[in-house]
Amino acid sequence: MPPETLIEVKNLSFSYGSRSILKGVSMTMSRGKVVAIMGGSGSGKTTLLRLIGGTVTPSAGYVKFDNHVVHELNRDALFKLRRKMGMLFQFGALFTDLSVFDNVAFQMREHTDLPESMIRDLVLMKLNAVGLRGAHHLMPGELSGGMARRVALARSIALDPTLIMYDEPFTGLDPISLSVIGSLIRRLTDALGTTAIVVTHDVQESLKIVDYVYFIADGVIAAEGTPKEVSQTVKPFVHQFVHGEIDGPVPFHYPAVAYHSDLQLEDRLA
Amino acid sequence: MLKRIISGIRGIGHRVIDSTWRLGYAARFFILVLLKSTTSLRRFGLVIRELYFTGVLSLIIILVSGLFVGMVLGLQGYETLQKFGSESAVGTLVALSLVRELGPVVAALLFASRAGSAITAEIGLMKATEQLSAMGMMAVDPVARVVAPRFWAGVISMPFLAAMFSVMGVFGGYLVTVVFIGVDEGLFWSQMQNNVDFRIDIANGVIKSFFFGIAVAAIAVFEGYDAPPTAEGVSGATTRTVVTSSLAILGLDFILTAFMFRGIS
Amino acid sequence: MQRTTMDLWVGFFVLLGIGALLILSLKVGNLSTYGAKQSYGLVGNFENIGGLKVRAPVKSAGVVVGRVTDIQFSLETYDAVVTMRIGSDFTFPKDTFASILTAGLLGEQYIGLDAGGDETMLKDGDKIMITNSAIVLEEMIGRFLFDKAAEDDDESF
Repeated sequence: MPPETLIEVKNLSFSYGSRSILKGVSMTMSRGKVVAIMGGSGSGKTTLLRLIGGTVTPSAGYVKFDNHVVHELNRDALFKLRRKMGMLFQFGALFTDLSVFDNVAFQMREHTDLPESMIRDLVLMKLNAVGLRGAHHLMPGELSGGMARRVALARSIALDPTLIMYDEPFTGLDPISLSVIGSLIRRLTDALGTTAIVVTHDVQESLKIVDYVYFIADGVIAAEGTPKEVSQTVKPFVHQFVHGEIDGPVPFHYPAVAYHSDLQLEDRLA
Repeated sequence: MLKRIISGIRGIGHRVIDSTWRLGYAARFFILVLLKSTTSLRRFGLVIRELYFTGVLSLIIILVSGLFVGMVLGLQGYETLQKFGSESAVGTLVALSLVRELGPVVAALLFASRAGSAITAEIGLMKATEQLSAMGMMAVDPVARVVAPRFWAGVISMPFLAAMFSVMGVFGGYLVTVVFIGVDEGLFWSQMQNNVDFRIDIANGVIKSFFFGIAVAAIAVFEGYDAPPTAEGVSGATTRTVVTSSLAILGLDFILTAFMFRGIS
Repeated sequence: MQRTTMDLWVGFFVLLGIGALLILSLKVGNLSTYGAKQSYGLVGNFENIGGLKVRAPVKSAGVVVGRVTDIQFSLETYDAVVTMRIGSDFTFPKDTFASILTAGLLGEQYIGLDAGGDETMLKDGDKIMITNSAIVLEEMIGRFLFDKAAEDDDESF
């Protein structure tokens, strides 16, 4: 039996004004998998997450989450749907006026009527899962970047979502924190039976933990496959991306007129 | 030359259209905040928390400023009134100027620069660090959870602060004229009580400060929510909060005064 | 989050604010002297009210017994209709005499009530029948000059 599909993205297009970010992207993600979305900076990865979360509306195509077309839902239904989603923002986006404990407890207090004693147990369990049970009394300002990311991770799994989206979870972390976050993503996904979408451009770390990879370039899917297929691929774009080559299908130079005419060499020589 | 004039006129037109646009957007946001206030009223703990930051933390500046303003009023009023031999009216002068005008207006100006700017900076930074987006993704409406409690805290604390400012001012005037200069204490209070009317002076002063509270709080939360999510954006929004609120306070003061004291004196 | 200390401070703040409002109303303002008490309304027609204003005191034997609440111009009698509210503690006979007086030479104008001897008392909404207009300085000087001129004319004959 093939695994059940959780998210279906079909011909998704999106543009900011006249600038089109996504031009007809299609992908499917099944339950219990870790899927990576890779691409250069500004290729529309984060926008894709926003489309799945329903914070922006596509100009064409649709995102289907759990058999609901996201952008057709009304506000209440959308908010109900979002309770099944957790999202880890690029720099954690912890609430700076709340302590670590209150940050993790935030959704439980907003969305459930659980008694405070039960919330306490749940929060400590979530914090224990990311190894920060002892830091529950700290304020976000007192945490290191890696710890803040882990607290944000604990917060995003607070209500046991069916989908967790990670927006650049590896940015700006030291190698130890980086592997910690990487293994946490994998372990939490397996332990909770959730689906994870990891938006990243950290190739080496993400290829270790994901089940499937999509490459986005110029608003379309340039390549896709399992990590094994991807690292053996001969497609020039993927090869350049995976191996971090400076020049290739993604040029080093921003489009410009010919170098010698920009420096007016002809005029000077003439 | 003509080109420069045309571009100048175009610039003015552009700015006018732009500010009208922003005003409309601000008005819509204001209505939105009011509509989403049910959460803050149901969970009043959220408002109490913000009352601490807007009200309690503004106490010192309000009380000290009120005292000094009252002392200056007493001193200046005494200097002028004693030329006409009516220095006993100094209590009336101090109390009326404070209760009618200076209390609500100066307290509101101080409140805008102390609490209003803090509200803007806080909301702006929450936006810049994606805390508001994160809240939205957690199916919690940031307008209801973050903006509305701060708005109501501002509205609630403003009349209290203005009243405290006036009381401190009257006390300052009393200190200078009665204790230091030696104006008769009985005359000071009786003159004041004879000429300060509860409904016309005090109630209207409280109504004024209530309107100022709405204006400052609405401007502060709007500027914060609308701030571009960058460091310059937030700092610019903070400045705009203080400038716009100050202008709004003074303009509103004129309009309210014209309404309230029409036909009297 | 130290909820308790924060709540305490906010409670303190609110108490302070309410206290300030109370001090303003009772100590600075005149709520304690008449505002909170029961009162009843009286009306009086005056030929000329001079500089009388709304909120001017109504005094009897120098004691403030009420305030002027409204001044209208009557198109039927072409005089001023002054409405005042008097504290319920103070009742006056039907033939009470109301006049507009000035406190000192340049002071504010007020209404003075001189009680008559009637048995029946004025009730809410009643009209004071005997009134005396304000003394207008210009008229007084004008009359004085006129009389003086008339005297001079007499002497010349």
